[in-house]
This record gives sequence, structure tokens and C-alpha cells, in this order.
Amino acid sequence: MKLLVNFSRGKGRKPIIAQVVRDTGVLINVERAVIDSSEGEALIDVPDDQCKLVSDTMISLGARVHILEHSVSLDESECVDCGACISICPREVFSFDPEWKLSLDEKRCVLCGKCVDACPSHALTTPV
Amino acid sequence: MHKTISQINERIRDGSARVVTAEEMPAIVSELGEQGALKEVDVVTTGTFGAMCSSGAFFNFGHAEPPIRMERIWLNNVEAYGGLAAVDTYIGATQQSDTREDEYGGAHVLEDLVAGKSVELRASSRGTDCYPRRTITTELLLENLNQAIMCNPRNAYQRYNAATNTTDRTLHTYMGTLLPGCGNVSYSGAGLLNPISNDPHLRLIGSGVPIFLCGAQGMVIGEGTQHSPAGGFGTLMVTGDLKHMSQEYMRAATMTGYGVTLYVGLGIPLPVLDIDVVRATAVRNEDISVDILDYAVPSRNRPVIRKVNYAELRSGSIELNGEEVKTSSLSSFRKARQVAEELKGWVEQGKMQLALPTRPIDAKNVSRPMHQSTQGPRVLDIMDRQVVSIHEDEEIKTAAKKLLKGETNHLPVINGTGVLVGIVTTFDISKAVANPGKAHLVKDIMKTKVITAKPEEAVDIAVQKLEQYNISALPVVDADHRVLGILTAMNLGKLFGGRWLK
Repeated sequence: MKLLVNFSRGKGRKPIIAQVVRDTGVLINVERAVIDSSEGEALIDVPDDQCKLVSDTMISLGARVHILEHSVSLDESECVDCGACISICPREVFSFDPEWKLSLDEKRCVLCGKCVDACPSHALTTPV
Repeated sequence: MHKTISQINERIRDGSARVVTAEEMPAIVSELGEQGALKEVDVVTTGTFGAMCSSGAFFNFGHAEPPIRMERIWLNNVEAYGGLAAVDTYIGATQQSDTREDEYGGAHVLEDLVAGKSVELRASSRGTDCYPRRTITTELLLENLNQAIMCNPRNAYQRYNAATNTTDRTLHTYMGTLLPGCGNVSYSGAGLLNPISNDPHLRLIGSGVPIFLCGAQGMVIGEGTQHSPAGGFGTLMVTGDLKHMSQEYMRAATMTGYGVTLYVGLGIPLPVLDIDVVRATAVRNEDISVDILDYAVPSRNRPVIRKVNYAELRSGSIELNGEEVKTSSLSSFRKARQVAEELKGWVEQGKMQLALPTRPIDAKNVSRPMHQSTQGPRVLDIMDRQVVSIHEDEEIKTAAKKLLKGETNHLPVINGTGVLVGIVTTFDISKAVANPGKAHLVKDIMKTKVITAKPEEAVDIAVQKLEQYNISALPVVDADHRVLGILTAMNLGKLFGGRWLK
């Protein structure tokens, strides 16, 4: 399960992710993170059964957590199966099936949003 | 052996014609041989589905009461051409909305009408004795128009050069998003299904030939604009009735950072008359090659990075400078197939009969670049030649003095041999003074990655660099990287002196 974690770095610059790993023992995979002097946003991947534990611990440390049920999603009524997204995606989420229809491997998505801009048909959206 | 068009049409009428798609043809020819294929196959259908910017439609609205001679016309706030007498117009696919920019354009108006949505017509006029009305606003459905005739000046490119990008930033082009450092290759075209690639000598495709256009039965008008078949880049001008089109085969789209375009589904049935037709329609993706061009160069002559064929492009990756680079298409092969299949069904069911051109299309034409009687301003026309530069081993204080004396904000930095090695700005110097540290010399604080301009470069290219890198000056250098001048935002003011605006 993927979680989007937002935290402010105002109060003593707590190492939130490190602390959650230590406290819960869950190995967190950081897939993408943007952190500056005042705030940070990280996309993390955790095992489904430990999602609630990690989420609750993060919240107790002052972070805002958004559980992402879906990653990138495709509106099939808009998609024309051109495949422009295929070479843009850094994580190989997109590919053609044998019939040249676009298929998605959502689990690989790190929500970078590059495909959303590259899609001529406005068929791709990300939840955040 | 050869067949006549009337023999083929007779078979279509009695339902016995053997129709195959251009994708099926190579295997049939290798199985049955050329003579066998000629005997077996009567019609080969082609298809393509891709972004075809040069598209649009003529509309006739009928007269209002009191009547108006429309001079300026908008459909859903997308301006349409007002120079076609009272109530006719032409709307181009790439025209953007006045209010929604590239989110909505002419292509979307066409798709909305085809989808059965209502579109707002707004028009104005100065009013005449015969047409007193000055303005009109009304909601229209496709069925309310007397005519809605798609007429596309340049469609069905025979093939299209692929694109990559050697710069260090993402480019947004009509070839889609091009990642930095040759991060991807973008291409377009249906390869072996493309109509002209199956008739490269244009023996079968010409004026009056029936076609599939966005789901409707249409017709080839003749050669398309920029038709350049001698180099393998033939195009077609085509027409069809918008009222019979389907959203399935026409889609409005937006290329980020470029603009609006229309995806058009187009297919042409080719009669298999003789052995030459068999050979031409046996074309494979491997046989159709295109160049990969470097879109880093903002010129009509973009350098060729390498040559590839459609089989390589379609494989998903190619090798570029020793590295594996992902390829992806802007056109849809699945939809192209669908077009060829649907067209095959039409011919099999006798819904469409074939015709030979009433007038041939020139198969040897070469399209020329624009004749330019005037050149636009070049960097050397407006650059500041009195450029103050500084040696890299000078002290920062000296640089500050030079900046003050020269009343400039930018100092190109040169080395002992006079070659440009960096640039310092008033900001760099203020920073060095505010935070005194180990830096004493110009070379300690200069920026070494200098964006430069060349004297012969068009000012528009230089302006694009200023914008892209968010900087306010470009040192102008010769081939040996020696400073000839500097171009700052101030110099651009010279452009408004009137000399270049005549």
C-alpha cells in the first residue's frame, strides 16, 4: 500500500520516517520525497497489513497521511492507445498488450505525474 | 495477369471479393507468391490513426432573421474564419479557445458536434443594407447545420520522422514530450498500414478515390499541402461529411506545451489490379525507414541522429549512442488496425465500391522551404558591442568597479587566451561581499556554465534562451568562444524602434 505523507519541519526537525521505522519495525520504502527547509512530502510503500500501524504512528508524530487506494488511473473512454506514456514513465508502468491495447501495472507507479502531462488525450490522472 | 477496377467492383457487389488488410498482405504474398496473391486478393485496406493538425471543417449555418453577414465568428469561444460570405465558415482543428487556451480548441468543437453536444455560435458584423443584423448568439447541434464538411488540407503523411532531444531539459513539442539527454524517442505513423506507404507511386490514390474518414465515407481531393513524395513524405487532402462521423475515429487532443490537435482515423481501400500493386501492398514495417531528428536544434534543418525503420520503433526500444532508449508512439496502431478492419467490412459487405483517380497525384513532387524576402533580426543587429569583460584572475573588487563603471549587471569572464570561461553578475558579487569567505578572485565566484548566443542567430532563438533559463543576458561568442558582444533584455528594446516592425 502506498501512503502520501506530509509533514512540517518546524518543530525541531524530527526525523519522522526514521522514527516510525524504529518504533514500528516496519521497513518503509521511500519511493519519492521532496523535502525543503519548512516542509516535506514523501511517497512511501509499506506492506498492506502494516499500513494502519505505520499510518497511525506517522499521525501521532504530527504528519498528515493520505492512504492511496489507487495510483495512476486510466480513463479508457478517453484513451486512444497511442502509447505516448510508455517512454515517458520512469517506472515502466505502461505497456502494450499483444493487441496493442495499453495496459497498466499500477503497483509500479510512484505518482511522479509525468504521464499525466504527456497524455494527449487527458486520459491519465493521479489521485494527488 | 491483371484485373480491372470493374471486375473488382463486380465482385464487391456480388459479395465474392476477397478483402484483406495491409497488415495481412505480407504473409499472404510470402505464402502464395506474388501471382498467387494477385489471383487471391481483390482489395487491400489500409488505415492510420494519428494527430493530424491540418484538419478542419466547413459549416453553413443558414440565415438568421433578420439576416447577418458574419465577419467574426466563434464556436464555443474558438474563433473560426469569417472571410467566406454571410453564413459560411471554416474552423481549424488547432485554433485555440479565447478563454480556455489549449484545454479546448477547434478539434474539440468538431468532436463535441460529432458527439451530439450543442455548441454556441457567436458572431458579429458591421451590418449592411442587405444584412442588417450586427450580432448573433445561438446554440447549435450538428443536425442544425445545413452542411458540416470536414476538409483536411494535409492528412495521412506517408511516414513521419521520429524525434529525440539531446538537451538537458524536457522539450514539449508536436511530437509529444521529449525527455532530456535522449531519454526517449517519440514517433508517429501506422507503418505497414499507412495508405501511401502501400501505394508509394500514387497509382491508385488520387482525386475522387473513396476513403474511410473518421468513420464516414469520404474522398481524396488530391495532393495534400506540403506533399513531398519524392523524399517519401507524401500527403493527402481529404474530405468527408462530419454528420456521418464517429467519435470512435476522431478525437480532439492537446500536446502539452504545444497546443490542440485532432486525431483522425483515415483508411483507403486499394484495388489489387496487377503485380505492382501486390508488391507495393506487401510492404512491411522493416521496409519503411525514417530518421530520428534532434529537436534540440530549433531549426527547420534538424540534425539526424540515426535512421530506423518502423519495426525497430515499434519494438519498444532502440539503441542510440550505445544506450537502450525507449520508443513510444503518438499515433495509435490499435486504432489504425480498427480503421483497416472496419473498412474491410465495408468493402466485404458491398457498402463501398472502389474507384481509380479521376486525376492523378504527382508522385515526384518536392516541397520547398519558405521563400523569405526579408530576414528577421539577428543577434548581431541588436547586440551590445561595447562589452566589458573581466579576466578570471582579477579580484572581485575589480569586477565590482567594472560593473559600476560599465553600468552593467553582467561581466563575461575570459581566460588568458581571451576565451569565455564564465560570467559574473552584480548578484554574484553582492553575495561574495555579504558573505566574505575564501573567495577573492573572479574565478572563485563566477558561473562557469554560460548560456551564449551566436551573432548570426535569430533574435527569437536568443529570446527563447533568456526565457528558458530565466536569465537576463547572453554573451555573444564566435566559433572560438571569444566574446563579440552581449545581448541583454535592454537591447531587445531596439526591436521596437520600428526598423523590424515594418
